[in-house]
Amino acid sequence: MPQPLNYLKETASQTAGPYVHIGLIPAMAGFDIFEKNFSNVLVTPNTQGQRITLEGKVLDGSGSPLRDVLLEIWQANAAGRYNHPADRSTGALDEDFRGWGRAGSDFESGLVTFETVKPGAIIDGAGRKCAPHVNIWIVARGINIGLNTRLYFSDEEAANAADPVLNLVEPPVRRRTLIATRTERAGKAVYSFTINLQGPDETVFFDV
Amino acid sequence: MNAQAPALRDPRLNRPEPFTPRDGGFFQRDRSIHPPAYAPGYKSSVLRSPRQAMLSLDSSVSEITGPVFGHNDLGPLDNDLIRNYAKDGDPVGERIVVHGQVLDETGRGVPNTLVEFWQANAGGRYRHKKDTYLAPIDPNFGGCGRALTDDTGYYYFRTVKPGPYPWRNFVNSWRPAHIHFSVFGSGFAQRLITQMYFEGDPLIPVCPILTTIPDEDALDRLVAPLDLNASTPFDSLAYRFDIVLRGQRSTHFENRPEGN
Repeated sequence: MPQPLNYLKETASQTAGPYVHIGLIPAMAGFDIFEKNFSNVLVTPNTQGQRITLEGKVLDGSGSPLRDVLLEIWQANAAGRYNHPADRSTGALDEDFRGWGRAGSDFESGLVTFETVKPGAIIDGAGRKCAPHVNIWIVARGINIGLNTRLYFSDEEAANAADPVLNLVEPPVRRRTLIATRTERAGKAVYSFTINLQGPDETVFFDV
Repeated sequence: MNAQAPALRDPRLNRPEPFTPRDGGFFQRDRSIHPPAYAPGYKSSVLRSPRQAMLSLDSSVSEITGPVFGHNDLGPLDNDLIRNYAKDGDPVGERIVVHGQVLDETGRGVPNTLVEFWQANAGGRYRHKKDTYLAPIDPNFGGCGRALTDDTGYYYFRTVKPGPYPWRNFVNSWRPAHIHFSVFGSGFAQRLITQMYFEGDPLIPVCPILTTIPDEDALDRLVAPLDLNASTPFDSLAYRFDIVLRGQRSTHFENRPEGN
């Protein structure tokens, strides 16, 4: 009989429930309690990089937008560097960019928005260049374990075509579910995305 | 080598410092202990559960990194739910302390990580504009808080015990008393939301949400035991709730082939 390994087991996930706003974005729940709040605005006036808006919806199996969903994003800065000690790449750190934001969907429209900068291309652990992308994590009532996906940019066609992760997606037609469409509004780039939880255009979710 | 690289460590130590984030990939998530996406007994999951296979991805720099928080993000009363929304007195209810450690699957404490929690008041009502349950709102209770773990992964907060409440799943579905937890870890792939339940609650085995978890041991690990040793005499009882996040491999160093 070999010795036991004694690894612990990960704590089981549970749904965030319909009132996730209370704990994570209390202003949306209808009250003000914390001195400092987290938000969907990732930039300060001093942040380096091109300002962009991410704007999207999460749709359920009936095509209806989730109006109680919470999204978090995590991304590299404009130089392609994550603000974390485990990123050993050489891009410059930006003290004015944590790279993380949190947003609830609008209770009427289901719209989710983030104000951020366009991330630079990232060098992964194997030294490969990855297309600019934003990591997304989704929780809501009825989602039993948070869903991981990514957002890529429609105006990065060449980088997307060479991206090692996008190229893993089979069949290739599903890669488009990860690409946000660029438009301009008042001179500012807006990237629109739709996350489909089910259906023929179901978004690719990652088991990371 | 850049300025962010960790300092050279004492070579006699064959384990990393507990507060050093590793840069290897995370352990494969054991999905058999988590609820499946599609769990028809919990009706809200039916239209909100993906049906395609997920894409398995080795941890890349996008997953092994994650947001870093500090004490500047928190206010001084953030972990005291009895005082952080008090207007003209204490909240109604049974005063409790909840405490525990955030660990990873190798048993290491996860230091300096953000833990957030939210809950109903003692009557089972959330301070949320969408909650219309008949129990009263408590004017002195917000129902949310947050804490950073210390350098051993330990956290604690003070609150009142939440009440159970009915909900529209089956006609007579009631949630056991519970506190929602949101935890970060050091990499974005460790991100976790869960719920803590209280030892001895008779609603636990009949809850359609709690029983989405297929593994009985995994379910039991969400039930916090009464911790009489940590209670404060004539003030509050205590419950202990440890949270385990994904484990992480360390980088292979050629000068340390035995691993760490």
